[in-house]
Amino acid sequence: MNVELIDIHKHFGSVRANSGIDLKILPGTIHGILGENGAGKSTLMKVLAGFIPKTRGTILLDGSEVGYSSPEGALRHGIGMLYQDPLDFPPLSVLENFMAGQVRGATMGTEVHRARLLELCTGLGFKLDPDVPAGRLTVGERQQLELARLLSSGARVLILDEPTTGISGLQKEVLFSALKSIARGGRSIVLVSHKLEDIEALCDEITVLREGIVTGTMERPFSTQALLSMMFGSEPSPAIRSGHEPGAQALYLDNVSAPGGRAGLAECTVHVSRGEVIGLAGLEGSGQEVFLRIAAGLIRPHRGRVHVGRRDMTGRGYHAFQSLGVAFQPASRLEEGLIRGLTVTEHCALGEGGGQFMVQWDTAEQDARDKIRKFQVAGTPDSPVESLSGGNQQRLLLAFLPEEPELLLLENPTRGLDLESVHWVWDHLDAHASRGAAIVFSSSELDEILMVADRVLVFFDGHIIKDERPEDTDALALGRAIAGKM
Amino acid sequence: MALETALTLTVVLGFTTLVLLLAGAPPLESYRQIVKGSLGSWGKVTHVIKVWIPLTLAACGLLYTFRIGLWNIGVEGQVMVGAVLTTYVLRTGSDGQHGQYLLAAALLAGMAGGALWAVMAGYLKTRGGVHEIFAGLGLNFVAQGLVLWLIFGPWKQPGIASMSGTETFAEHLWMPYLEGLRISPAALGMTLTSVVLTAYMLRATRFGLYLKAIGSNEKAAFLFGLRPQATMILAMVCAGGFAGLAGSFQVAGVYHRLIPAISSGYGYLALLVVMLSGFSVWVSPLVAFFFACLNVGSIQLPMVLQLDSSLSGVIQGTLVMAALAMHAMRARSRKGGGPDAGG
Repeated sequence: MNVELIDIHKHFGSVRANSGIDLKILPGTIHGILGENGAGKSTLMKVLAGFIPKTRGTILLDGSEVGYSSPEGALRHGIGMLYQDPLDFPPLSVLENFMAGQVRGATMGTEVHRARLLELCTGLGFKLDPDVPAGRLTVGERQQLELARLLSSGARVLILDEPTTGISGLQKEVLFSALKSIARGGRSIVLVSHKLEDIEALCDEITVLREGIVTGTMERPFSTQALLSMMFGSEPSPAIRSGHEPGAQALYLDNVSAPGGRAGLAECTVHVSRGEVIGLAGLEGSGQEVFLRIAAGLIRPHRGRVHVGRRDMTGRGYHAFQSLGVAFQPASRLEEGLIRGLTVTEHCALGEGGGQFMVQWDTAEQDARDKIRKFQVAGTPDSPVESLSGGNQQRLLLAFLPEEPELLLLENPTRGLDLESVHWVWDHLDAHASRGAAIVFSSSELDEILMVADRVLVFFDGHIIKDERPEDTDALALGRAIAGKM
Repeated sequence: MALETALTLTVVLGFTTLVLLLAGAPPLESYRQIVKGSLGSWGKVTHVIKVWIPLTLAACGLLYTFRIGLWNIGVEGQVMVGAVLTTYVLRTGSDGQHGQYLLAAALLAGMAGGALWAVMAGYLKTRGGVHEIFAGLGLNFVAQGLVLWLIFGPWKQPGIASMSGTETFAEHLWMPYLEGLRISPAALGMTLTSVVLTAYMLRATRFGLYLKAIGSNEKAAFLFGLRPQATMILAMVCAGGFAGLAGSFQVAGVYHRLIPAISSGYGYLALLVVMLSGFSVWVSPLVAFFFACLNVGSIQLPMVLQLDSSLSGVIQGTLVMAALAMHAMRARSRKGGGPDAGG
């Protein structure tokens, strides 16, 4: 099916997310939409998928204009979207999720659907057990399930929003080969990403967005330089690895075991020195989350001891850890990190603490102004945090870290940020490390870990199976370790 | 916020008119009777204010618990226990000495009683994992039982226990009231002060900010270094304190004894008041006044128009539905706007 978007505008109040976008997607091709955070990629795709209404513009399918106002309407026209966070029903089984929205008439036709699901999975190289609850799947597997469901529901244009975020290298390979075979079958695929590497590997044509407009298109063979300059206007400079000499003990986990996540954490012993930057690699739920939360005092281990600095902190709570200069930053920005409904100023006032009865609103507002300037947040002191874009929320979270932390525990601190922002974040964190703070962070991007960490810990199934310096290893070796192959 | 409330009231008026028409009553005449019955004379207005005082006090308390995201449905029981402790203190003072000190002590005891009852629900929630709605409802039954037991048992009137309540206190233990109007200026003043104090607490103090932060995102607030459970208990103390004071005024300022229906359902009604006013501290007293008028004004509907007085209950029910509908509509319109985080 030929998809043509003409002069698409989408405004959120005074914010222009899309201003006059033209886009053509040919059948049987994989089309990449590239751009940094806030470029308008997701918005454009949500308009195409019927998830949000456009302000104005035209959508042509095979030359005739269509109007729909819901994802279901879009799917009736053959357009299906795989969202960044798969929209499934965790307690229902894989098969029930697959059937959702597909069952018509009075009978369920369970067996027909089971056969259909298995057939699709075989064709695409997916290994899904139809009877397992969807909540037990990894993000990658949930994607596969959603993909199969969309195909079975008659989608001829598939939109994937940042599909490689949070999935393993192995799952990425499976996904990419599946997408290629889907495209060969004559359907079109639109891949939204800020990861140049993925887009270059997979796409036939690339459209680059910046600040809500198209800044260029390119067909194979791609020029990385040209694409980067379309994305950023100018090329970002590469970051320098920190390479600090480690100092005294900052954190010591002694044979710690704890439940939590999928795998929990088993018999983990780790020393972290002051000034050290440590990257945690591994599939989502392999133990990194539990590790960080134990080190922050948020989870109490049922065995082993936790030392912060020289103090034995086993069994103490998060606030006691906090008073020793431990700072924890969760991955989910609006679920755990920031408070929806509160403005930047109100967040600053919360952070000030102190024994005062009254809120010093003047001080808080000044503080908010300073933070906004220093951390380059696009917003005002009065902006509710949920009105900021993902990247700006991330910067704001960083702004709320204590001034002089001793131990920084960061979950995916650059998730969803574009390259330029990633460099900016690490420049900032590096300054903490050179002051002597230890930094432990998890990331699904091996490149990032190799770039900034002094040490890499690889988690697999609740165990640390690799502990090495980046110069002694490479992405391939780490990738194998993540997949459990030593 | 005020606009929204006005819109809600308009919707309510529409619904109510429909209900009245269905009941075969002339709507305009009914409304006229309600207005006349509540605002028609100074005497009527005093009645309205007498209802407005406990309603507004309980609403003030609920603003704290709503702000932190708790459904303090136990407010009804908190009013009753406040009334019980006030009665207890006043019963000790039959000798006629130190009336004003005893009254002050009685009011403090009432506040403490309400706070105690609220803290019990709070601990059941934070320590026991019992949802505050169930804890509150349970404690409401216990409080009602306590009131009835006291009236028919230990505190029964000499000779015979009666639904009319305990023995009336000596007059020097009544809160001073204006002759002819039967309103206690102290109670009115303290209620107005409570409204201002609540507004100040919620807007200007660290405690108010903590309530809002924890109510909006408990997990994130905890990571910011706040103590959600302790703050919840403190919010319950505030809510219970104001509710208890409402109970105190019912005993010391209105009935001058403990009666079985001492709370008159004002606690439950206050929940509606606060929700209808969109959780606004300035709109709540106005909505409370509206409800008070409705309550007092509909008393004479049965006499004048041969309508059952339960019709006022139907009107209140309609109000709740309209408030919830407006709430849902606002939530939906808010969800529609705002740029998406993904970019």
